[in-house]
Amino acid sequence: MTSNAAAKRAQRAKTNDTLFGRVLRALAGKKLLTHAALIGFGLVMLYPLLWMVSSSFKPQEIIFREPGLIPGDVTLENYTNGWDALQYPFSHYFLNSAIITAGSIVGNLVACSLAAYAFARLEFPLKRFWFALMLGSIMLPLHVTLVPQYILFSELDWINTFYPLIVPKFLATDAFFIFLMVQFIRTLPRELDEAAVIDGAGHWRIFSRIIMPLCTPALATTAIFTFIWTWNDFLSQLIFLTSPDKLTVPVALRNFLDSSGDSSWGPMFAISVLSLGPIFGFFLAGQRYLVRGIATTGLR
Amino acid sequence: MSTTQGTTLAPQLRKRRRKEAVAAYLFLAPWFVGLVAITAGPLLSSLYLSFTDYSLIGDSQWVGFDNYVEMFTDDPRFLKALNNTAVYVFVSVPLQLTFALALALVLDRGVRGLPFYRSIYYLPSLLGGSVAVAILWRQVFGSEGLVNEVLGWFGVEGESWVAHPDTALGTLIVLNVWTFGAPMVIFLAGLRQIPRSYYEAAGLDGAGQLRQFFSITLPLLTPIVFFNLVLQLINSFQSFTQAFVVSGGKGGPSDSTLLLTMHIYQEGFGNFQMGYASAMAWFLVVVIAVLTGVNFLMSRYWVFYSD
Repeated sequence: MTSNAAAKRAQRAKTNDTLFGRVLRALAGKKLLTHAALIGFGLVMLYPLLWMVSSSFKPQEIIFREPGLIPGDVTLENYTNGWDALQYPFSHYFLNSAIITAGSIVGNLVACSLAAYAFARLEFPLKRFWFALMLGSIMLPLHVTLVPQYILFSELDWINTFYPLIVPKFLATDAFFIFLMVQFIRTLPRELDEAAVIDGAGHWRIFSRIIMPLCTPALATTAIFTFIWTWNDFLSQLIFLTSPDKLTVPVALRNFLDSSGDSSWGPMFAISVLSLGPIFGFFLAGQRYLVRGIATTGLR
Repeated sequence: MSTTQGTTLAPQLRKRRRKEAVAAYLFLAPWFVGLVAITAGPLLSSLYLSFTDYSLIGDSQWVGFDNYVEMFTDDPRFLKALNNTAVYVFVSVPLQLTFALALALVLDRGVRGLPFYRSIYYLPSLLGGSVAVAILWRQVFGSEGLVNEVLGWFGVEGESWVAHPDTALGTLIVLNVWTFGAPMVIFLAGLRQIPRSYYEAAGLDGAGQLRQFFSITLPLLTPIVFFNLVLQLINSFQSFTQAFVVSGGKGGPSDSTLLLTMHIYQEGFGNFQMGYASAMAWFLVVVIAVLTGVNFLMSRYWVFYSD
């Protein structure tokens, strides 16, 4: 079938008459048109972002007069001004965000993979019930648990510490990732476990020596998504962190907007660009895992 | 039943089963603690709180259904927030999914450089939830913002889009639609699953492109459409950051961007009406659950499963 088609194509190419040549050219033209449309649309979509990056290098007074992308006058003023605009330099807030994000990544990797192994590989009473509960908790809006969580954390004296933002991750509360890893572990051949059992390995050894090393793609997806979600997270950081020295980048940015109103767009853009930088970096580095992660579980 | 099973099972096997169950519960131990302390436990205690008057200081007072009655009879801001949320969700989600599907269809037709385009369109989904992009949005739709600058070229003098009650919610809808990349990637994955042979067969039978789309692509894609719809509805009901930052934390102008999530936040953590906030949060959960349930029921009539 295919060789037949190839032969036909070769013959056609040989007898490349004017009509066929014209059709080909028209097709190529149409393709070019598709690409032009796709690039044009992409440009419109990304224009605000590109403009923000370019504006962050423009002197404050010309930002509004220049809708173009090439700055007429380049300056780093916005970055230096923005960096020290609040009580602490932004390096302080970046560090806070980094600590919370790193803690969350470790927590999710450890706790979610443990739970996922049980759901994917072990038999135990009430398994279906717990699994359904776990799936249901994925859809639970944060707003409905926030008030009791706040009460609990204030009883523990954890308000204005990083604990309310990190400890829950060590308790596998981001059930998305349990689900993601369950799906992944299910695709691994069971013969591997059985061989290990014959060799006398217990569940902990099967988990740590066989399943986990094979789960690297799922672990990478989990790490990247945890990074992006935690780095972008706003509501829980807004609620649980109160004093200026504990603020994270998103909350500090929002305070910046609050305190300077709409007057210092330049420095605000500069800090915004810096705050999006790490996400963009992770995006470039981990695209493969991101796309696979969304395709298998519908994560955002 | 269990006794007969018990006697027929070799004791060794029974022992192994018990060992496995113990191991499973050990592996699940952190998750159980989380379930009790962070998710299901708080879910239930907020249900209790929703029937009380509680302000963090002092004891909670049982008030029965008062909070729920108050929402609908004595809180015009709640009704406004409900209305805003409905408009926000039911306008932005269909638009978002339409863009996602359209772009996925174009990209699926063997366009060269697919990963490149996919990345470009997906990027806003990653950044859209951030405070930084919300700040950018506030400028882009501000009185001297990018949008009005462009409109100016055509001689149109626009007002601030975020400061006008008629358009402020619209800017948030645009922001949500802008993040169509995530459902688009899911659509693309779904389109890949459709066997090419179906199209070849239909083509031989003389079915045109339009016919092929409506008779092959769309029916086989309905499970993915359904999946995206459920997911995006749930997500959009919970939108908070963008509305909060774009409106400066107030839901203005004239409460036009006050979403339910923001009203809950303001009542709970602004006015410390924890009982009332819990009641509204539970109302939100019920709305999301009912809508998801209806979605599943309706899916029987339009979602096509080939196997």
